Amino acid sequence: MRYYSYFPGCSAEATASPLGLSVPPVAKELDMDLIELEDWNCCGSSPYGSVDKLEATCMAARNLALAEKRGFDLVTPCSSCYITLDGADSHLKEYPALRDQVNQALAAGNLDYHGGVRVRHLAEVLYSDVTPDVIGAKVSKSLKGLKVASYYGCQLVRPAVGFDDPESPRSLDELVASLGADVVSWQLKARCCGGSLVMSEQDLALELINKLLRNAQENGAQCLVTPCPLCQINLDAYQSQVNSKFKTNYNLPVLFLTQLIGVALGIKPNALGLQRNIVSPMKVLAPYL
Amino acid sequence: MTNTIVKAPAAEVSFIDEVCSIPGGEAIRSCIQCGMCTGSCPTASRWDYTPRQVIAMVRGELRDELLSSNSMWFCASCYTCTVRCPRDIKPTDIMHALEIIAIRDGLSTKRSRTPVMYKCFVDSAKGNGRVYELGMMLKLFLQTNPFAALKMAPVGLSLLLHKRMPLRPSRIKGRGELKAILDKARALGGAK
Ligand code: SF4
Ligand code: SF4
Repeated sequence: MRYYSYFPGCSAEATASPLGLSVPPVAKELDMDLIELEDWNCCGSSPYGSVDKLEATCMAARNLALAEKRGFDLVTPCSSCYITLDGADSHLKEYPALRDQVNQALAAGNLDYHGGVRVRHLAEVLYSDVTPDVIGAKVSKSLKGLKVASYYGCQLVRPAVGFDDPESPRSLDELVASLGADVVSWQLKARCCGGSLVMSEQDLALELINKLLRNAQENGAQCLVTPCPLCQINLDAYQSQVNSKFKTNYNLPVLFLTQLIGVALGIKPNALGLQRNIVSPMKVLAPYL
Repeated sequence: MTNTIVKAPAAEVSFIDEVCSIPGGEAIRSCIQCGMCTGSCPTASRWDYTPRQVIAMVRGELRDELLSSNSMWFCASCYTCTVRCPRDIKPTDIMHALEIIAIRDGLSTKRSRTPVMYKCFVDSAKGNGRVYELGMMLKLFLQTNPFAALKMAPVGLSLLLHKRMPLRPSRIKGRGELKAILDKARALGGAK
């Protein structure tokens, strides 16, 4: 059994609830004990960091301080929470003035942070700690014949470098292949979906989403898989908006990585929140359920 | 990289020093204006000034012109420029730094809804300790264009029908401590 502190992130409780639902049963099958960080707060995500740097760092630091007390790596399934928490941790290490101020502020909440937490993305943990080989060995329902386009988005692989290539990453492809599925090769797998700008600059985001869906479809994808809640919502919940704006007729299910792994591990569709996907994946997944 | 250039006297801190003082902003002086950032940017066609021009304008002290433009508000934080810049500048961090200064100085543009969206997000995160997406979206539309909400309604409704849009916010228990931390941060106020 491997132990981790778990940071679900705000969207896993709401607009990305299929993610929040599918992580625990998959972790259990893979012998990971994800212990939810008690009373975690919003990571201090990029909108916050564009309004007030010190406050945003304090938001992140409260979570880091809570995790440090417990001592395990802090794992999140959300790409945006990942770079926010990890970025705050490195800024606290690099900038002593910022660290002093943040620790003074944390003291007002009876907390302190000494830089002892390693922040990790769940996809990276699945890839590096659990490994595709071990996942492959646990597959009870091979996804043979299913053409899957892995969509990395941005913040899983950028700006952090190390675990995967920031321009042409492969980790998700290897995870998908370990499930027996056919990995679709497509050019835009790590290009931007517009992120939260879908709320303020919808036309721009819909253009980016359209490009991604077109590229995946042209390369034969039957579905997409992504670890990131923002990417999943943009590609899934806004797909019908893209269809009406660009007169397209995409019907491409977008699964969370843990949903796809869960199907291959034989976990029940309900437990994986499959009926919560806006573009229903039931038809393409029918042979495997 | 540390900033080795002598700072202007405190009374007249230059724009470039202001940007350099924000974590992630310090490498801006080594820009060679190669344009890799602009060429990599998925949203550059919408910017009043492209990412490369933004960097040039910070160095050229075109402060108000830049801070009141729509440019940095189109940054989607994809970090493509950051991993490709041959001078290890982090244009993404610089865009965030410019957003902070623009909001602080009341210069943020009304031609993009992004500044208001970010502020609604922050209010939501601060109050509950967690972001309440439905609440922040309603607030955003009320503050910008209530009619745009109609365009979004089908998306919201389908999320609701798929149990992805809770009607009540999630709140943390430690709201009091979080508020104390953030109040203290505001009192310290330095690292903006
Ligand atoms: S890529 Fe880097 S060096 Fe080139 S123009 Fe942009 S910031 Fe300057
Ligand atoms: S991080 Fe921002 S500025 Fe850089 S390429 Fe992406 S959208 Fe453009």
